[in-house]
Amino acid sequence: MNVFDILGPVMIGPSSSHTAGAARLGRIARELLGCEPVKAEIRLHGSFARTYRGHGTDRALAAGIQGMDTDDPGLRDALETAKKRGLDITFKTVELDDAHPNTAWIILTGGDGRQVSMIGSSIGGGNILVTKLNGMDVYVTGEKETLIVRHKDVPGIIAQVTEVAALAEANICNFRLSRQEKGGEAVMTIELDGIYGEELGLAIGHLPNIYSSIVLKPVS
Amino acid sequence: MNYETIAGLAELAAERGEPISALVLRQQAEQLEISEEEVYERMAASYRVMAECIGPGCDPDLRSTSGLTGGSAFKMRQVSQGGRSLTGSMISGALYRALAVSELNASMGRIVAAPTAGSCGILPAAVLTMQEERGLSERECVMSLFTASAVGMVIAHNACLAGAQGGCQAECGSAAAMAAAAITELAGGSPEMAAHAVAIALKNILGLVCDPVAGLVEIPCIKRNASGVAGAFVAAEMALAGIESAIPADEVIWAMKKIGDSMAPSLKETAEGGLAATPTGQRLHKQVFG
Repeated sequence: MNVFDILGPVMIGPSSSHTAGAARLGRIARELLGCEPVKAEIRLHGSFARTYRGHGTDRALAAGIQGMDTDDPGLRDALETAKKRGLDITFKTVELDDAHPNTAWIILTGGDGRQVSMIGSSIGGGNILVTKLNGMDVYVTGEKETLIVRHKDVPGIIAQVTEVAALAEANICNFRLSRQEKGGEAVMTIELDGIYGEELGLAIGHLPNIYSSIVLKPVS
Repeated sequence: MNYETIAGLAELAAERGEPISALVLRQQAEQLEISEEEVYERMAASYRVMAECIGPGCDPDLRSTSGLTGGSAFKMRQVSQGGRSLTGSMISGALYRALAVSELNASMGRIVAAPTAGSCGILPAAVLTMQEERGLSERECVMSLFTASAVGMVIAHNACLAGAQGGCQAECGSAAAMAAAAITELAGGSPEMAAHAVAIALKNILGLVCDPVAGLVEIPCIKRNASGVAGAFVAAEMALAGIESAIPADEVIWAMKKIGDSMAPSLKETAEGGLAATPTGQRLHKQVFG
């Protein structure tokens, strides 16, 4: 914890959980998609579903999906700017089992047809937790720089990925792996000490059997 | 140096003959592995965002996204600057600034969570009003934010800062305690006085529930920000007069945690109890969400 966890973030109001956290979730979904989204289906659960209009949660999610930060004044008009740039956003309310009260299920489609499905929660003070990615269990808080690698479930792939991290002298402080089925799609979430930037994600992306590889910057 | 107790911070500062803020800046530079000047500049940038909230927050036509609130900062400023305030320019100045930042927040303006968005008006109002009324430099004011943050870290470490976890006492109460410490330091009080100001400010808001109408950060949050900064001045004034809190700050924080734990869920930001459950609260809820 540091002084800027107490005084911060600088953000567009009114709520660190319902606005700032929502913008961060939208932003992470965009980065996971890895290209300009043309369509977004957002399913809101719990308190998000009940109060999203009053808190601007819909605008914040739309802003994040367009790549805006939590303090971008454009957040207020993000629903209008989405329309202008040809991004079709629909909001639905859902009941999810065992989900945090502030949960959004975001399904993004890119111009080339690629899709990403992410479930994430805003857990207070602008902090977030991503719990599902394309149906697989993940645990991404965004507190540390995090590598998210979607790949084919084949023997030896963990060694290949971690070797690239080792060559970059990136110290791994947390590692998780989850998969849909044996030999199917799998995802590694790797938290790192320090900041290595997107080059590391690109380097891993060049390995065989990798579908996508991105580096999420820490959110604060 | 750690952020486990208020007493520890105050004792260390007294021992070194320095204000709490100087110790915190130095320690944070070490912890974040950047220079003191970089840490200072980052805090100064936050202070400038706080200052920028006041003008737009006092717009007479400002309305929240829900349409429920707005315009009270303007009214309060008219009275304060027109010399018609009951309590003088220090308190009325702090009230209009707290209202301005909170109302700007409710209208989706750009603010600094301090420590949360719901309580974002209290600390800026305290420090900006001290700067205005006492003619302080920006540097002094920015430094006082380090003292306030240290108090916030101790509370976060031993209790919590979220209304959903601890009720309004955890949000506006923590913000008031942080602001009381900042005011005391800005007024030239000792670290020990700052610790008593923290204790008094938090004691006076203990038990306050989080019962927002329609779940929105508006009613009663905006006025509780005004009340919070007034409470911070009350606490600092007493502490500066040499009045001590019989219960030490760290024990008050402990009590706040225990009270928060025993608070019913309906009174912790769920919009199911308290003011949210009143007939008017329910009617406003319907008006916004149908």
